[in-house]
Amino acid sequence: MGAGHAHRLYRHGHSPVHALPPHTKLAATFAFVVVVVSTPREAMWAFGLYAVLLGLVAFRARVPAGFLLKRLLIEVPFVAFAVLMPFVAEGERVDVLGVSLSVNGLWGAWNVLAKGTLGVATSVLLAATTELREVLLGLQRLKLPPLLVQIASFMIRYGDVITDELRRMRIARESRGFEARGVRHWGVLAKTAGALFIRSYERGERVHLAMVSRGYAGAMPVIDEVTASRAQWSYALTLPFAALVVCVLGWAL
Amino acid sequence: MCDTREQQSESNERVTRSCEPFALSHYHRTVHVPDGFINAPTSAVTGVVAAGAIAVSLRGARRELDERTAPLAGLVAAFIFAVQMLNFPVAAGTSGHLLGGALAAILVGPYTGVLCISVVLLMQGILFADGGLTALGVNITVMGCVTTVVAYAVFRGLVKVLPRGRRSVTVASFVAALLSVPAAALAFTLLYWIGGTTDVAIGKVATAMVGVHLLIGIGEAAITALTVGAVIAVRPDLVHGARGLQQKLQLRVNGALVDVPAAEGARTAPVAARTSRRTLWVSGLVTSLVLAGFVSFYASANPDGLEKVAADKGIDEKVEEHAAADSPLADYGVKDVDNARLSGGLAGVIGVGVTVVAGSAVFWAVRRRRGVDDASPTAVENV
Repeated sequence: MGAGHAHRLYRHGHSPVHALPPHTKLAATFAFVVVVVSTPREAMWAFGLYAVLLGLVAFRARVPAGFLLKRLLIEVPFVAFAVLMPFVAEGERVDVLGVSLSVNGLWGAWNVLAKGTLGVATSVLLAATTELREVLLGLQRLKLPPLLVQIASFMIRYGDVITDELRRMRIARESRGFEARGVRHWGVLAKTAGALFIRSYERGERVHLAMVSRGYAGAMPVIDEVTASRAQWSYALTLPFAALVVCVLGWAL
Repeated sequence: MCDTREQQSESNERVTRSCEPFALSHYHRTVHVPDGFINAPTSAVTGVVAAGAIAVSLRGARRELDERTAPLAGLVAAFIFAVQMLNFPVAAGTSGHLLGGALAAILVGPYTGVLCISVVLLMQGILFADGGLTALGVNITVMGCVTTVVAYAVFRGLVKVLPRGRRSVTVASFVAALLSVPAAALAFTLLYWIGGTTDVAIGKVATAMVGVHLLIGIGEAAITALTVGAVIAVRPDLVHGARGLQQKLQLRVNGALVDVPAAEGARTAPVAARTSRRTLWVSGLVTSLVLAGFVSFYASANPDGLEKVAADKGIDEKVEEHAAADSPLADYGVKDVDNARLSGGLAGVIGVGVTVVAGSAVFWAVRRRRGVDDASPTAVENV
């Protein structure tokens, strides 16, 4: 299971950003995205500055641009949606190369593209510099309900196991000559899903019994409390504060 | 909210799958709402709604599963995450996959279902940049709560109406899943109408969203019904929605059938879950007050959709003034308060207060009557 704990977006490293306590990173990421979303869309230069800020963070974290850009492809479905907007939106229209487009729709498309891209880039940077376990510790430290964090940690911990089970079922199906080609084969696939549910649930029961036999009574002991010094907090919060300055300027100008 | 993708060539897939650590690396993207799609105030309000729903679900799940909640809900969340990767080929190289809201609600109940889907969405947002962080509230409210709650309500209603049996459970799951997807699309349209950042005619959005999601709903319904059927065939006791269907175990004693007494190990309600309901009440009340007071502050600036249509089409010319038009709260405003927004907020708060008082009175009366009818204090406790 050793390899399973690193997720696809994580990039191992020893940069100052990697070393920051996870809850400061989570708080900074969230604050930054909130600031970006509340910026007026007419202040186009502000979004450029945000991108520069993120670029600086990526540089400090030693995340290569190629890595970041490749991960940004995740948002392609939305680009398609944003492209549609100028055609369907209401309001005043303008002619671009002989095509009538809605001004409001153009702004809307720009808004979604800019904010969505910045949001995805921020999340990618967070995920690239923070391990799974750290993310959970950070969420716990940020006072998410402990039960919710426990559920999330079980999901992460057994995600690999359950997917592996799904893969074994697929191999079993294929080794018997089965190939899903259309709706007619959904019954077989649904039986796979059903079996997977039963196995997951029963595994959950076994996990619970194993935990009870080790003294579990509803709460997990906190054995690795993460703490952050004032310097680490201020280092992490530099990003959202810089963004806030840009945002205020964006409203003022 | 859903996607169709080209099926990868099988051989290629097999090679990559066999030499990589998988699970999290083979994550298929489903389309979630990104940042910047819904404006900041609406996102904040949906965030509050989502947090409230999760809080209620945490309590509910703990009541149902007690200290087994964490491992069971965690494993079911992992199941939902995995099953979203199962490709269901449709035709011509496209394939769909399960969204899982209805399935979760039927298999593990609405509370645990909401929790599982919310945790999956949360992890997708943080780890895979799937769905904006500020749109988490929207995503959880629409895909976690609306889908699950609608599916479960429809399912319970149908199971009650239809004759008892496995087939009705399957039929009920089909209809529940079929309706839950367009319901989520409608909920999204509503949110978009309140706080969308682009001025697209709401009718167009609704038609497009519901139209597409009706199609998706059919696929979701078929898969959900088949899956629930598969689980019921093997472990009917695991299906939360089919709990009433189990036959009571009977023994033949001297030729007569006798019910087996309840097992000794029957779970007693956990002590922890029986804390006072006061916090729940107070938080609910505060939420409604905030929504009514603060949100209507924003909302009252826009006319009601129906009023708008009516005004546009000239329908409202013939509308007679309501009998209560002279009441102090007429037209959602407080008389003698000039600021339109302030007065709207105030009226909302007063309205919530009156509703709570009236509702509590009815509830109290019903409870009293029931207590008299049953004449047993335990019955009241279990209401």
